[in-house]
Amino acid sequence: MEVNLLEFVPLAVLLPFFGAAFAFAFYRNQATQKAITIGTLIATVTLEIVLLTEVWHGGAHAVHLAGWPAPFGIAMVIDRFAALMLVVSSIITLAVLLYAVGQGAAEERNDSGPVSIFYPTYLILVAGVSNAFLAGDLFNLYVGFEIFLTASYVLLTLGGGEARIRAGVTYVVVSILSSMLFLITIGLMYAATGTVNLADLALKLTELDHGTQLMLHVMLLVAFGIKAAVFPLAFWLPDSYPTAPAPVTAVFAGLLTKVGIYAMIRTETLLFPGERINTALMIVAALTMIVGILGALVQADIKRMLSFTLISHIGYLVFGLALSSIIGMAATIYYVAHHITIQTTLFLVTGLIERRAGTANVDRLGGLARISPVLAVLFFIPALNLAGIPPFSGFVGKLGMMQGGIAENTWITWTLVFASVLTSLLTLLAIARIWAKGFWRKAEDVENPERILKQKTLAHARAANKRLLPSTMVAPTALLVGMSLAFTIFAGPLMNFSRVAAQDMYERTPYLDAVLGEERVDGVREDLVDFTTGHLIDLDTGDDGAAEFAPVETSLQPSMETDDQGSTSVDDPAGSEGPEDLGGDD
Amino acid sequence: MTINLTLLVVMGAMLAIGIYLMLERSLTRVLLGIILISNGVNLLILQTAGRAGEAPLYNEDLEAGDYLDPLPQALLLTAIVIAFAMVALVLALIYRSWVLARQDEVTDDEEDRRVAQSIGAHDPEEDDEVSTETSEFIDSMDPATGSIRQVDPSERAEGPGEVER
Repeated sequence: MEVNLLEFVPLAVLLPFFGAAFAFAFYRNQATQKAITIGTLIATVTLEIVLLTEVWHGGAHAVHLAGWPAPFGIAMVIDRFAALMLVVSSIITLAVLLYAVGQGAAEERNDSGPVSIFYPTYLILVAGVSNAFLAGDLFNLYVGFEIFLTASYVLLTLGGGEARIRAGVTYVVVSILSSMLFLITIGLMYAATGTVNLADLALKLTELDHGTQLMLHVMLLVAFGIKAAVFPLAFWLPDSYPTAPAPVTAVFAGLLTKVGIYAMIRTETLLFPGERINTALMIVAALTMIVGILGALVQADIKRMLSFTLISHIGYLVFGLALSSIIGMAATIYYVAHHITIQTTLFLVTGLIERRAGTANVDRLGGLARISPVLAVLFFIPALNLAGIPPFSGFVGKLGMMQGGIAENTWITWTLVFASVLTSLLTLLAIARIWAKGFWRKAEDVENPERILKQKTLAHARAANKRLLPSTMVAPTALLVGMSLAFTIFAGPLMNFSRVAAQDMYERTPYLDAVLGEERVDGVREDLVDFTTGHLIDLDTGDDGAAEFAPVETSLQPSMETDDQGSTSVDDPAGSEGPEDLGGDD
Repeated sequence: MTINLTLLVVMGAMLAIGIYLMLERSLTRVLLGIILISNGVNLLILQTAGRAGEAPLYNEDLEAGDYLDPLPQALLLTAIVIAFAMVALVLALIYRSWVLARQDEVTDDEEDRRVAQSIGAHDPEEDDEVSTETSEFIDSMDPATGSIRQVDPSERAEGPGEVER
């Protein structure tokens, strides 16, 4: 009578769907809608935390829907990486929902048009994202993408004002194009292999000739790259995100591009492992970082600036992914979780700034630190975290990637290490500009300030805070800031978890065992192990090597020490393992 | 794998024309492009089933290879439904854009232009909107002078959205 909790994985998709249906049924009653939506999301978060704890020790598990075995039926697969992404994304969406509810109550304005579609659409977005994380086959992944993209089209054009329609059209057309590309790739993959199941594809794709493999690989990466906003394909993002309402932008910025990255990681680890196009990916990563942050530097509007930093930091994720090493992948997994939280928090804080000051244009802001110290703290912590200032989690993730790059020790990885340091500094510059102009300079010095900032006395200004910054909006933001700090405090266990997740993904056998069954995998197990050990730089050394490279042990110590230890511990093993590395490269 | 050449050529033509239409500035043409591309892709998926064969209902006289592969059609059906929803949504957006701004074109981003101007990268000759009227609808013409009515950006920004409600 023992029930395996992991069999409830499909509920992570179904719960939000049912919630959406019920919320839609009560479209006349906003209070009921809110209650249903919040209740559903709390239930989903609880379920996913339970799933994460199960997966933490147990490893990957697949649920075959309707009992059809794997390559034939639809499988939903949860492994460590997917579980972590699910939990982080759900907590984020819950916090943003609370913020949106607070904003709705504060504005007392019905922003959702004649039929209250915000809450149901929001739940459908959550369902689509969960479906994409859990999808065990390419077509289900496509469906997951379409579900949350469709929801995002509706959320982006909410209210149907002209600016939003204009931004919405660009976004919709680009997204449809990338979906079509994805669909073409699915068709070609099916034609080439006769399956769309990810695990089955992982085994069958290796039998194709190299040209075909490369073509399918690149097509998939381009399709996902548009969604993830990787450099040459990122032009749509800063155009469309900033016009949406603050909570919507926040959840888009945090989640949607990361689903693209998630799909890229799956492509790179499960479907097309190896280092065939790593150099190309690294070049793209460097360009994404640099071009993104240069874009951010010229923006006056905080929301647009943040959209550009979002693109720029996608570059880090691609860098970690392109390293094809366990350190790099572990850092990427950690960094994805960190970046989802940080980017969402910053957009929520920008929403607060916009409410308090009437604008998000830094040229017209001033004196915010004096007027509202709480707002200043809420902005300052995630902003420094984004730039990667030492005690914060951004630093831990970036350090992990740089260590991976240094350990690999080729010209391109060194270029990437320098590019990421430079990007970090430029991010700091962009953040410091907002801080200096919006928060530190006196309100009197602003040339053309918003009227709302020119209060007679400080007491007047502080009194207005209560009305303009209701606690229902500040509390969820503070919650997210707290969560981002938790990433620093629990960096050790999280980094260990990420490392195990990365190892699972590179070994591939846990995933394949879970989906296809051990008998099917046994025939090719030796090939898989050979492949992994041949291509991965630091799998041989096992946990010892990874532990030496890992930055996590020192995250709470003073930063200088971490740096020193990090560099010395990297130098030694890199020297001794040198010949092995070269063997792997050949 | 056997492939039907006619379908292949049709698919190629649909994708090519679709991409050409998508590069236009007029939203209606973009929509037509989307329709063509999505149908081209559907044809592609249909062809992945290979040679035409018997209906996939179990018949003990037939070899496994005689049946048609039904899976691409199942995928195709889902893709058709999704594409249909997308087209409807884009159509709604275009209509809304027409109602609000009387325009059927992708407009430049204001903020982009501001940045371009502030760093001197703005070339009035090349970057300015061409003032020709692309719409055939009459009410954008001023009846008194016969000149074409210019929609002021500030007038647009002030939310005809509110007027709509």
